[in-house]
Amino acid sequence: MAKIRGAIIIDRDRCKGCNLCVVACPLNLLALAEKEVNKKGYRFAQQTIENVCNGCASCAIVCPDGCITVYKKKEI
Amino acid sequence: MTDNEIIQPENLVYSKPKLLNDNPMHYCPGCSHGVVHKLVAEVIEEMGMEEKCVAISPVGCAVFAYNYIDVDWVEAAHGRAPALATAIKRLWPERLVFTYQGDGDLACIGTAETIHALNRGEHIAIIFINNAIYGMTGGQMAPTTLMGMKTATCPYGREADIHGYPLNITQIASTLEGTSYVTRQSVHSVAAIRKAKKAIRKAFENSLRGEGSSLVEIVSTCNAGWKMSPEKANQWMEENMFKSYPVGDLKDTTNLE
Repeated sequence: MAKIRGAIIIDRDRCKGCNLCVVACPLNLLALAEKEVNKKGYRFAQQTIENVCNGCASCAIVCPDGCITVYKKKEI
Repeated sequence: MTDNEIIQPENLVYSKPKLLNDNPMHYCPGCSHGVVHKLVAEVIEEMGMEEKCVAISPVGCAVFAYNYIDVDWVEAAHGRAPALATAIKRLWPERLVFTYQGDGDLACIGTAETIHALNRGEHIAIIFINNAIYGMTGGQMAPTTLMGMKTATCPYGREADIHGYPLNITQIASTLEGTSYVTRQSVHSVAAIRKAKKAIRKAFENSLRGEGSSLVEIVSTCNAGWKMSPEKANQWMEENMFKSYPVGDLKDTTNLE
């Protein structure tokens, strides 16, 4: 069966670190940065587990600031 | 397959709507306003009404909505957005005219304008963000504040003897003859956001068809005003707000899907 792979791009400087995407991700792939902040001083969201995302776009849909762009492709 | 192979324009699934510009929003982290702004922008884009849309912004947190969504905006005096929308829609019947108001604006100072515009059956859509608090001014009690809920001006919780009862304006609107679509939605989860988007689309289409007024209430969070994290605020809303403000269609006399 063809596997569906996804990838996300997070606009770090637009992110306000509200943590809603982290909660929304069904695969728990996201987390707020531990020791880094963006130019506004927020701990931004980042993907901590690579190569597992299935591109469901839950994180992007709940993001209040529209920081997340989602791509999805079928693995052949 | 590497991420670079996946990140190609043809594989795009979801991105920030083009109508929502790059200005950083002034809303607190996790505010429901951001999600609703995104939905409004998406719906206008999908309907192809970018050039034929006039929106009315309120007084409240959403006062700067005109900075974020690239359509034509008019800024109304506090609570008077439905009155302005009435005038614009009557002069420009083919335009998509909607107001975007919070609960302090719509359910308190603007009660008269709201109820009369809805009762006249003006062909406008009203998006009503209900977070049960005055967010912009520092979390004071609003007419929609729940019984027992603590705010800056009722620190011991809302009591009926002193503060009266919560005003359920959407329920009132559903009893008016001028309204044709009255619904209550929320934006706390992916499923709820999808439903809210459909409701906004329906309200906008209804206003273009000229079959009466539409009111879409979005039960929202104000995590800064409620003094909670965005995640906790969503949970608190599910546990408490939905009891007083149950989600669903209250009135639907449109024949739209």
